[in-house]
Amino acid sequence: MTPILEYKELKKYFTVGYRGLVKREPITVKAVDGVSFAIHKGEIFGLVGESGSGKSTVAYTTIGMYRPTSGVIEFHGESLFTKEGKRPRHIKKEIQIVFQDPGSSLNPRRSVKEILELPLSIHQPAKKHIGRVAELLEMVEMPVDYMYKYPHTLSGGEKQIVAIARALATEPSFVILDEPTSALDVSIQGKIINLLLRLRQEFHLSYLFITHDLSLMRNVASRVAIMYLGKICEVAEASEFFRSPKHPYTQMLLSSIPVVSEEEEALKPKRVQSRGEIPSPVDVPSGCSFHLRCPYKMDVCSIVDPQMTDTGDGHLVRCHLYPNHSGDYPGRKQNVI
Amino acid sequence: MDTPPLLEVHDLRVHFKVFGGHLKVLDGVNMVVRAGEKVGLVGESGCGKTTTMKAILRILPEPPAEVVGGQVLFRGKDVLRMRPDELRQLRGRGISMIFQDPTAALNPVFTVGQQLGDVIRYSHGDGRVDARQIQSKALQALKGVALADPERLLHSYPIQLSGGMRQRVCIAMALATQPELLIADEPGTSLDVTIQDQILRLLHNLVVERNTSVILITHTLGVVREVTDRVYVMYAGSIVESAPTKALFANPMFPYTRGLMQSVPRLSGGGVAEGIPGRIPNYLNPPSGCRFHPRCPYAMEICQREKPPVFMVGEEHYVSCYLYAC
Repeated sequence: MTPILEYKELKKYFTVGYRGLVKREPITVKAVDGVSFAIHKGEIFGLVGESGSGKSTVAYTTIGMYRPTSGVIEFHGESLFTKEGKRPRHIKKEIQIVFQDPGSSLNPRRSVKEILELPLSIHQPAKKHIGRVAELLEMVEMPVDYMYKYPHTLSGGEKQIVAIARALATEPSFVILDEPTSALDVSIQGKIINLLLRLRQEFHLSYLFITHDLSLMRNVASRVAIMYLGKICEVAEASEFFRSPKHPYTQMLLSSIPVVSEEEEALKPKRVQSRGEIPSPVDVPSGCSFHLRCPYKMDVCSIVDPQMTDTGDGHLVRCHLYPNHSGDYPGRKQNVI
Repeated sequence: MDTPPLLEVHDLRVHFKVFGGHLKVLDGVNMVVRAGEKVGLVGESGCGKTTTMKAILRILPEPPAEVVGGQVLFRGKDVLRMRPDELRQLRGRGISMIFQDPTAALNPVFTVGQQLGDVIRYSHGDGRVDARQIQSKALQALKGVALADPERLLHSYPIQLSGGMRQRVCIAMALATQPELLIADEPGTSLDVTIQDQILRLLHNLVVERNTSVILITHTLGVVREVTDRVYVMYAGSIVESAPTKALFANPMFPYTRGLMQSVPRLSGGGVAEGIPGRIPNYLNPPSGCRFHPRCPYAMEICQREKPPVFMVGEEHYVSCYLYAC
């Protein structure tokens, strides 16, 4: 199966200031620091991480809001970033995004009709759009007369549905969902998620689903990647992932989830209790960036950054606890604490 | 029921006067918090959770808000009739509050030490504490919330701290006055999951140690299940169900509570339930009778006409719904 979208060693650094008086050195934030993964057709690929882990930067780079510092993103084998600069319109049309907060991603001065017409007028100029707008609203199960409403008269959930309709206006094949329900109440979340799942079936879409809610991820994604400080620390099939989390950070994340039943409580790994603060992305710890909070820290962890290792069945982990079969790391001590 | 209640709220009604009429936000809220009890308050955004708490502390902006009826009794004294000096006693030593967003709750232009010092001085009333005493109390408070290097922190500005540290400072401030009741308004929502877990565990240990009563406001049901003894469920300005935490999670009764429980995605998988159709009503013209009836799958004819009284369905388990009328 060929991937629809492939990330190869993607890096995105931001310069946030300068230090030094005489010799000015830039202060860089390594928002995304060497991320590689592939998304296959029809898949819902989940990207999980805490704030500042770089998951939104991955999303924004994919839709072209940022140019990567290095590395490539390939869409059907074609690089998304060319030397000429501008991304061709036929590729822009294929990749769309739904933002987290519909309150700020919809223009308050435009009616729903105008909001939905904008992408249509760019990608299919010189055409009447009103029919297509009505069609879009029907697709997302919204009454057609809503097209004359303005965002402030809609509830949070309805606004997000308009944002979804806008993303689908150009008939994309790939949609990025950047925390689509985290600004909404739990009671509305289900409706939005089920709408998204139905639309995927109907229009053969692939999703990159970004969230920090692991319980939601369990029910939505087919494969999950965990990000921590700009790097991916674990990738696995969703069911496998929740059955046997391997990376200590993943275990910490899973054991921190508040759950509502005893049955779920039993599924949480008990061993790892959350401790320590998330380090500032300006000042990422040496070696493995998680070593300051890790309960299984070894001497090697603060020196050498571990490599991604396949532990079988495509379950990838980046941790010294799971050494590569090809050999040992320099400086690795035999006594494992 | 041997201990007398610390806080009693009887039939509290709050309206907001706005252009075009009155928003009837609180429609008779009843709740009781006993000494040492940890109580959860659950409901969707806009249901009146924070308004209730602000009314209890008398920090609602009046106008536009107006308390049109009801009683708030703290240790038997009516908070709504207190003089300013009595209120000063109440806020701080009686009740303190932790707000949802620690960044907005701390003043960015004063150091942590200055803000914490103010709280300590204020709670001492007439200001007969010297600077050294304040400093040592502030240090103690910061150590209490497991913050490293408290001496340096006293001279730090909020912007120099991470979100988790700021929330710890807010907790230290709220507990520095040794309150009898702590109101925690979504203390972990603006934080990351692993940090939220740390904060909740810390808060839990502190209040158990001091036997402080707590009202925890949240819309994350999992958090409620882990840290509270009893839960109140609020919908559109009134309490629709109250029960011991275990009983509520084992057997939710009110249709809204059931819908809420079902709409939480489970770690065990099985898809996401549709949730509850519709949205919270407009407070300008709220539905007659039970305010939930337009969204309720079991709505009967009587639900449109009359607001249901409270029915007892189990030990300390009360539901305000005609489905459970005997």
